[in-house]
Amino acid sequence: MSLPTTLAGTLAALVIMALVTYLTRSGGVFIMSRLPIGPRVERFINAMAGSVLVAVITPMAVQGDWGARLALVATLVVMLATRRPLPAILAGILTAALWRLW
Amino acid sequence: MTRPTPGAQLDLAGTLVGIRRMAPLSLFVIVFGLAFGVAALSRGLSGLEAVLMSALVFAGASQFAALELWGPQIPLLPLIAITFAINARHLLMGAAIQPWLAHLPARQRYASVVLMSDSNWAMAAADYRSGATNVGMLVGGGIALWLAWVLGTLLGVAFGSGIEQPERFGLDVIMGCFLLAMLVGGQRDLGMLLPWAAAALAALAAMAWLPPHAHVIVGALAGGLAGLLLPSRGETPS
Repeated sequence: MSLPTTLAGTLAALVIMALVTYLTRSGGVFIMSRLPIGPRVERFINAMAGSVLVAVITPMAVQGDWGARLALVATLVVMLATRRPLPAILAGILTAALWRLW
Repeated sequence: MTRPTPGAQLDLAGTLVGIRRMAPLSLFVIVFGLAFGVAALSRGLSGLEAVLMSALVFAGASQFAALELWGPQIPLLPLIAITFAINARHLLMGAAIQPWLAHLPARQRYASVVLMSDSNWAMAAADYRSGATNVGMLVGGGIALWLAWVLGTLLGVAFGSGIEQPERFGLDVIMGCFLLAMLVGGQRDLGMLLPWAAAALAALAAMAWLPPHAHVIVGALAGGLAGLLLPSRGETPS
């Protein structure tokens, strides 16, 4: 099942994304007014939130060129050192650019 | 449902205060929006589509991740799964402030979370804990962040269209670097390395043996299940 990337198809995809996202924003309020989220569910959601990012990044690290890999390493190092996302992302972009222009 | 907690209300004055308190952080969000606009163009979205996505979805990490799926076709199920999984943290955030929002009329309650994202939620939750009764931080902060995110995307689209061969400048790695920064920044618990390793391995296996794009769902579920193995940390009563 997939949508073509015509304007109509893209619009449909955007509306679907928006609805799903609103569902997550309102869902917690809705569910909590009926039953509390238990610690097991909370642990599952917490772990899943980061894991989905890991799963999205993994192909970039595995299939990407060395510029992309080093960019990820640079982002990780700067992020761990400074805890500020902006310098970390800029370091990543710069690393990839320098590697490829070399 | 009547409990002796301080109430909550939503009004224009509180919302304006929320906008003002969020203004400094919003300047940084403009830069992230700019990065998203550039990344979206490099993935083949039109400028209009990129701005519309920012305006309608307003959830950075899931927008960057969705770009990974963009091609001649958009696979629907992975798109829904990615969007839900990345934004599933909103469920917990909403649940955490539900006792506060419960004082509002239902219509205001469900309208006030339309623009809930990490930073305005964090500040609103702090307000709630300190006993404040005005929900304006959640709504006003959301408005400030939304304006900055859409404006940033607009700027990125305007600048980015002039850039040919974005990979020469390393712009194709914006997405990955953004997601990695979000991943590391939101977490200071080393125990998370277990679910993340499980997610990476499961994603690799899925890339080798399953249809394209399945790796995201497989990785997310594997990570979530691995998270259940972690010791429950201090049973925080909310």
